[in-house]
Amino acid sequence: MNALYVLWIRQLKRYMRSRSRIIGALGQPLMFLIALGYGFGAIFQRAGAGNYIYFLVPGVISQTILFTSVFSGSEIIWDRQFGFLKETLVAPVSRFYIMLGRTLGGATVATAQGLIVLLLSHIVGYRMENYLMLPLAIAFMFIIALMFTALGIAIASRLTDFQGFQLIINFLVMPLFFLSGALFPLSNLPKSLTIITRIDPLSYGVDAMRGTLNNASHLGLGLDMLVTGTLTLAFLAGGSYLFAKIEI
Amino acid sequence: MNSQENAIEVKNLVKKFNEITAVNDISFTVSRGEIFAFLGPNGAGKSTTIKMLTTLLAPTSGCVLVNGFNPVTEQTKVRKSFGIVFQDPSLDDELTAYENMNYHGILYSVPRQLRQERIQGLLQMFELWDRRNHLVKTYSGGMKRRLEIARGLLHHPSILFLDEPTVGLDPQTRNLIWEYIKEMSKEENVTVFFTTHYMDEAARVAERVAIIDNGRIMAQGSSDQLKEQTKTESLEDAFLAITGTAIREEEASPYSRMRLIARRRG
Repeated sequence: MNALYVLWIRQLKRYMRSRSRIIGALGQPLMFLIALGYGFGAIFQRAGAGNYIYFLVPGVISQTILFTSVFSGSEIIWDRQFGFLKETLVAPVSRFYIMLGRTLGGATVATAQGLIVLLLSHIVGYRMENYLMLPLAIAFMFIIALMFTALGIAIASRLTDFQGFQLIINFLVMPLFFLSGALFPLSNLPKSLTIITRIDPLSYGVDAMRGTLNNASHLGLGLDMLVTGTLTLAFLAGGSYLFAKIEI
Repeated sequence: MNSQENAIEVKNLVKKFNEITAVNDISFTVSRGEIFAFLGPNGAGKSTTIKMLTTLLAPTSGCVLVNGFNPVTEQTKVRKSFGIVFQDPSLDDELTAYENMNYHGILYSVPRQLRQERIQGLLQMFELWDRRNHLVKTYSGGMKRRLEIARGLLHHPSILFLDEPTVGLDPQTRNLIWEYIKEMSKEENVTVFFTTHYMDEAARVAERVAIIDNGRIMAQGSSDQLKEQTKTESLEDAFLAITGTAIREEEASPYSRMRLIARRRG
């Protein structure tokens, strides 16, 4: 329990103290929201698909959580480089708890970022379908955050330098985001793209966000929960296995 | 508490990285409560050995027992047995000095009251108390090193590993640190395993010394025994007699090279 607390609070403090990181992580989703939201809004409307900003907000929240989570998980690379990783690797607690503490910390930070984006989207006129769904939405945000923080840790456990981080962003995070349906509806897609979106774990996160925030789930919240929950457990297991095997 | 006599037992330990043999069949033991110096030129295999003793690296072959436990199969038990001050930085720069100390104490289950007392005592001793709430990234190199050592002394483990703890510190601070460690070792029967390049330090503090070179242990014994064996006056001369005077790594500083040349001429 102690280890969980220490690693969790550490992530939070680092986050709170790094204002540039908070602002940086919010700039991108806001840009997406404003540029794409207003840019494609008219066409989306004409195609009979409704208000694009409303459609986009859950996607952009998912994007924020994805980016922040993977980044938090990958902080292992930084900690390895600057040495703090060693301090936790020799600590007299099971590495599973160290990994879990880091994951909880990273996921808390990512969920907070997601909530801030939700809040900011109200400035551009967004409103939730039913605010009683907020707790469930937050629960989903946290599950998505756990899933991708654990994935980040799993991958970063095998990497020893910063170059690897760029690979994660280009070959993992970007495809996960663009193929998730965060920016476009999942209905009426070409067959091959439908298959790809069904493989992308983030699709189920985006869909869960749309279900809870807009009451417009395409896949069903039950399936969303099943897939994201199962994958979260799988990534936690894989991440803690790989983390436990780290040598310095 | 483990009742057996030896705190550390190493038998035929080998570590290979691909084709390079960093540690080549070494054996030694360190008794409980003993202060043991592990000396050797740069790249001799000291840090690699410490990493294997402290569960950070798996040996290629050989047998290791730390506090009676195997670092490969009983990692958590081994980790509960020791504390360590690493050769390179391992602080969290984005946290304050107090937070670094406090979180370490929590990780090592030091009770709150005792934790606060010791943190205050150690930070005052190392003259960091006034800046305890500053982020570590604002600290100078010497301050970071002092904090690193203070943190390593916070929980009193049964075995303490110190990998070149005093590098870059002034003589006053070094004396302070060794006095504290000697007292702690004596009062709480803490085994101390350390490396250093300051031979005077090793001669003064260590009860027993092992000299490692090119991954092999070249000599073991008390400082006096080594001087006797090599017919030299000081541990430094004994060290040079055993390991030779060639510089091992491109990393050797111009200063140590100058010193070496002066010695050859003199």
